[in-house]
Amino acid sequence: MVKVEDYVARTEGTCGKEQDVIVIFKYDKKDEAIKKIIGKASVKKSIGGIIFELAYQSFSFRVYGSGKAIFRGLKNKEELNSLLLELLS
Amino acid sequence: MLDAQKIREDFPILKRRINGKQMIYFDNAATSQKPRQVIDAIKDFYEKHNANVHRAVHTLSLEASELYEEAHEEVAEFIHAKDMEEIVFVRGTTEAINLVAYAWGLHNLKKEDEVLVSLMEHHSNIVPWEIISRITGNKMKYIEVNDDGTLNCESFENLLSKKTKMVCLSHVSNVTGIINDVKRIAKSAHDYGALVLIDGAQSVPHLPVNIKDLDADFLAFSGHKMLGPTGIGVLYGKQEILQKMEPFHGGGEMIKEVSYNEKTKHCSISWNVLPWKFEAGTPNACGAVGLMEAIRYLKRIGMGSVKSHEEILTEYVIPRMEACCKKVKIYGTKNTSIKCGIVPFGVDGLSSHDIALFLDNYGIMVRSGFHCAQPLHETFGLSSSVRASFYVYNTLEEIDQFTKVLKEIERF
Repeated sequence: MVKVEDYVARTEGTCGKEQDVIVIFKYDKKDEAIKKIIGKASVKKSIGGIIFELAYQSFSFRVYGSGKAIFRGLKNKEELNSLLLELLS
Repeated sequence: MLDAQKIREDFPILKRRINGKQMIYFDNAATSQKPRQVIDAIKDFYEKHNANVHRAVHTLSLEASELYEEAHEEVAEFIHAKDMEEIVFVRGTTEAINLVAYAWGLHNLKKEDEVLVSLMEHHSNIVPWEIISRITGNKMKYIEVNDDGTLNCESFENLLSKKTKMVCLSHVSNVTGIINDVKRIAKSAHDYGALVLIDGAQSVPHLPVNIKDLDADFLAFSGHKMLGPTGIGVLYGKQEILQKMEPFHGGGEMIKEVSYNEKTKHCSISWNVLPWKFEAGTPNACGAVGLMEAIRYLKRIGMGSVKSHEEILTEYVIPRMEACCKKVKIYGTKNTSIKCGIVPFGVDGLSSHDIALFLDNYGIMVRSGFHCAQPLHETFGLSSSVRASFYVYNTLEEIDQFTKVLKEIERF
């Protein structure tokens, strides 16, 4: 059973009108997390290995090779957690 | 001309690699990195001189007290204050402004009075005054900002009146880097009998500041933005004004005498002399020593050279940013003669955080968001911005790398 906290080091709400959420993956798990997410979501655009613009269900987000991701338009933390759980499973 | 390559050797953190790349630190408006000399001074204090200042007669306490007082004198000389009585150590710019808002504002502002603040201010120079106005009932008036980010002087002149009791303005905007003509502002405000508080968080670290010449009544700044440690900052105040003010915090150090009166069933209290009257509790002596060393480091470089270096970097980066990527938009004036080394920008189709994360991927550190200046972003019609900000250890080569990476964004 996958746990979000096995992959995520911390989440950070962004400053600005956008109110996005940045997810920072654990350093030793980042490559695995990115691979899983890219496997689940559809890649809309990318610059090889650096930045991926992804879509999953009604969500759009970007994942960076450095092990960070930015999620938009989420209602709350619970929605983020269930989305991450699906993507990382 | 400053030798940035040589300066870099003093900063251990600049050797770090992030995401496999040589780190480029362009987030200096948020906080600066620390040279070996400051790190060593802090280590030396704790290894050799640590004791509570102004509390004991033993050798260590006397040594710590001497260093602490020397730090006040160093700051006074650095900004050309009359003497150390005008230098109050606080945690940072935010606390310095809060000190004035509470210790002066709460006791002097009345319902009919007005406080003038500009729309380009950091939240630290807005929120304390809004809080006080909710208590005293005084009015808040906001000085407008022009489309290029410069202060609207006409708006300032129009708002200024006999009701104005305090004018609060940043010397340098933390978003655009624009330098305000605070000397002129202070003169106009004084003509109406108002006091002037200058937020020097982005000016004192980056350009020569002579408080006597500016003639502002208060100047607030932080140690950590000028190569010093966090948790130490300065409130400069004119001696005669500080003398008349009530204390901000109560406790040890700030009193001369606390004596219980049997008749009144109260303690009668007399305040300590300046600046200790405003420094309640055990002070951050180690922070003060670190700040003193940071000032000495900056003085060896020369504040004129610091300013020129940042001007060169800013002049170099702006055209290159615009040339490297058509989607890049620089906000505010591009006139480097009225700017410090801060460049706010955006990239069409990408949020500020996307840009910052993209740059981070290449080891380039910039700030994204409101930079604690939401009203200015609203004035510009921006949801947020990216801010690249420079300091003494940044180089033209780093800018080349930065613009090269920025060009990559266009592919997205």
